[in-house]
Amino acid sequence: MMKNRDNRLTLYLLIPVLLVLIAYVLYPSVRTILESFHKDGGLTFGNYQDFFTQESKTNLQALWNSVYISVLSVLVSAAIGIPLAFIFNRFDFPGRGFFATAAIMPIVLPSLVGVMAFMFLYGETGLVPNAIKDLFGLDEVPFKIGGVSGILIVHAYTMYVYFYMTVSSAINKIDPSLEESAYNLGASRFQVFWKVTFPLLTPAIVAASLLVFMISMASFSAPFLLAGGFRVLSLQIYFSKINGDMEVAATQSVILSIVSISFLLFMRWYQNRKDYRMASKGIGAHRSEVNNPLLKWTMVATGVIGVIILLLPHFTILLLSLVPDGTWTWQTYPSVFNFENYRLLLQDPNIFKPLKNSLILSFIATAGNLVFGVLASYVLVKRKFVGKSFVDILVMIPWALPATVIGMNLIFAFNEPNIFSFGNILVGTFWILPLAYFIRHIPLVVRSTNAVLEQLDDSIEEASRSLGAKWFYTFRKVILPIIMPGVLSGTLLAFVESVGEFPTSVLLYTISNRPISIEIMNQLRMFNMGQAAAYGMIQITLIAVVLLISNRFFGVKAEQSLS
Amino acid sequence: MASIKIENVQKAFGKVIAVDHLNLEIKDGEFFTFLGPSGCGKTTTLRMIAGFYYPTKGMVRFGDKDMTRVPPEKRNTGMVFQNYALFPHMTVFENVAFGLRVRKIGSKEVKTRVHDVLRKVRLEQYADRQVSQLSGGQQQRVALARALVIEPEILLLDEPLSNLDAKLRDEMRSEILRLQKEYKITTIYVTHDQAEALSMSDRIAVFNFGVCHQVGTPSEIYNEPANDFVASFIGEINLLPVKVDQLDESRITVSAIENPDMNKFVVHNTPFNFSQSAQEGELALSIRPESIRILTEKADRPNVFKGKVEDVQFFGTIILVKVRVNGLLLEVNLLNHVSANLKPGADVWVEMPEDQIRLIPMLSGDAS
Repeated sequence: MMKNRDNRLTLYLLIPVLLVLIAYVLYPSVRTILESFHKDGGLTFGNYQDFFTQESKTNLQALWNSVYISVLSVLVSAAIGIPLAFIFNRFDFPGRGFFATAAIMPIVLPSLVGVMAFMFLYGETGLVPNAIKDLFGLDEVPFKIGGVSGILIVHAYTMYVYFYMTVSSAINKIDPSLEESAYNLGASRFQVFWKVTFPLLTPAIVAASLLVFMISMASFSAPFLLAGGFRVLSLQIYFSKINGDMEVAATQSVILSIVSISFLLFMRWYQNRKDYRMASKGIGAHRSEVNNPLLKWTMVATGVIGVIILLLPHFTILLLSLVPDGTWTWQTYPSVFNFENYRLLLQDPNIFKPLKNSLILSFIATAGNLVFGVLASYVLVKRKFVGKSFVDILVMIPWALPATVIGMNLIFAFNEPNIFSFGNILVGTFWILPLAYFIRHIPLVVRSTNAVLEQLDDSIEEASRSLGAKWFYTFRKVILPIIMPGVLSGTLLAFVESVGEFPTSVLLYTISNRPISIEIMNQLRMFNMGQAAAYGMIQITLIAVVLLISNRFFGVKAEQSLS
Repeated sequence: MASIKIENVQKAFGKVIAVDHLNLEIKDGEFFTFLGPSGCGKTTTLRMIAGFYYPTKGMVRFGDKDMTRVPPEKRNTGMVFQNYALFPHMTVFENVAFGLRVRKIGSKEVKTRVHDVLRKVRLEQYADRQVSQLSGGQQQRVALARALVIEPEILLLDEPLSNLDAKLRDEMRSEILRLQKEYKITTIYVTHDQAEALSMSDRIAVFNFGVCHQVGTPSEIYNEPANDFVASFIGEINLLPVKVDQLDESRITVSAIENPDMNKFVVHNTPFNFSQSAQEGELALSIRPESIRILTEKADRPNVFKGKVEDVQFFGTIILVKVRVNGLLLEVNLLNHVSANLKPGADVWVEMPEDQIRLIPMLSGDAS
């Protein structure tokens, strides 16, 4: 009886959200699980038995490699990210602000483009090893990356940012009076760090570690281009699918997902267990100025070198994009530079097509994300209903699942007609890619919208209603305009991520709607580095523009929604 | 404008009962205050009147209309929220115009009505400002203007002054009263601040633990509290658990539970001195600190006891003196006189006038 009208409204809003989640998140996952129990026409654990007892031990080895690489990635990323966070947030020296901003530059590089840059920089024919060889008159290149070391370096480069950002924000949230009171009680600098500061940072460090572990378990682009004979599980799924061993691919997907999801659950449990939120509000950052000139200029010099290393990949892509194809064959260094690649990109319809495809596909997916994200987030944050945590978990599943697994889920779910595809087979059609991009970015958009909605006091909505506005009017005229900046920044980020999306694209694309990332891969195979780099530059520019817009116009640190 | 009737209302959230057995009648044009500590059910009741909660049991009427389950947007109430709830993406003008635009009123009339009300709250020159550029007191007045401009039948104010500093609070208090008198609008004011309640209201309802303990004018509430909760929540009071020894037509004799042989009191038997609801159950003797007299020598009147000064605190207008009498600690307020020069340890005589004492029921488990 009571609150009937409101309950009905909640139901109307909840039904579409739940339908989408069940149709495109839950059902595909269940299909994959079912598929993994299929063997020789029956339902068995046979595939899992094979996975663990297979004589060649390929799969077991791949699982072990994935874990091993991920653990190393966490350690290396932490070793770079945590000290940087400390230096940039606790000390003041010339150029600090600039270095602090430059430190997040790796996120401007889409994964595939980043890997490509690293190949050109540090690979067998890379610019850096060859430059050193020529400089010192060596017979052979002094080093080259590839296999485990290559993957690890790329991971460290892209993933230390997660440590850097989470630890930075934790450091800035520490109330300076906590440390001051420790000093006041007679603790030494060393004791204050290890007994007060560091323990307060452990939740952030653990969270970043788990995040990096999950991301590198799921990592696809780096192993895809650099692994050589080295096998990791995310790549094995792709190979099984290419070879047509669908049941094996399903089994591998389930096992990879189990590892990822257990880490997600562990992370949630840990975060709920340890809550070090500070009681005091409005804490001013306090940085100690570095006065020792030697130390100060060492820091500046290290900063400059660091920035060069960080920006070298971006610069390489820019440089390569200016080298016309066919002018850099046997030479060690490119010699001709012009805008030929960009001209072709705009004028040759064949070269322009993938860019256009990506933009269209991503636009459709992101429009879906916007509508769904706002609806889902509103229901989750502002409405009460039974089973909210279930919906919450469904929303987070695409975040926990490796992209490769999401791709496989879609293949198993939509390579046959069913009600969720309105009786169509979606695999092999135009619609499968927008769907994949949409699913991949559900968590990002919902979470960034949650953040703004949680800030919005309930009384704003109540005020509007007591002034006579109906719910829908309130939603349109009051709630939407207030949350729009936050929503848009999340959505724009989803858009650029979709444009660069590689793992699901490579599993699901068709020739006629191949996106930019697939074309980059094709161009690389044909050794058209210039053209590939020009595509890469477009992506880098898009991401940079979006981050800039978000920071400037929406006042939102968009990069924070990435973690 | 309308009267409000709340009949037998109960509101439960799951197993927690926030408001129970509530019956109130608020008259047309009255300034009515819900007073009580936090979590007492006063805001819940206000939100049932606004339509944000529907009662679990009972009825809410405006005039003769049953409003129990009418959604908030159809109630024509103006509400001012504790945090003002101004729309941050709109200017002052747009905020105030919102309710009129929802009602599809022509833009010309919107303009005149918004400017009228902004003039009344003295914010005309701020019409085009963003609300974030205003001070707390100005935001408060925008919120008031926004609620008043729709010409609501009832004005609801939810702790509107709690976010302002002390000086602004005094200013806004008279501002709200001025507007309320000007619009002659039925107003419900929720607060936990007894000074606000006493100084502003026509009548007050005192809440605790979801129950309304007393409804009355400020002086009734203060001078004739219905029970020990009301007595101790509003103002300072001395409460002594007592039992009746003797009762005749003009006088009642009671003795304290503690040290009954020495602590015997005589009280007038009038409705003022002997609360109607105190005929059975546990009793307390109550007397305000300002009603107790301190004498320098023994007087031959009832209720005069010898005591020793334990503590003297100087507050400016008044001086608080704590006197130990036969094991009981009494608080006495004296008006500040240069001559009043009491020191701790001094022997004094204390008089509790028999017409100033009030016997009230003690709520079980809530003895203070």
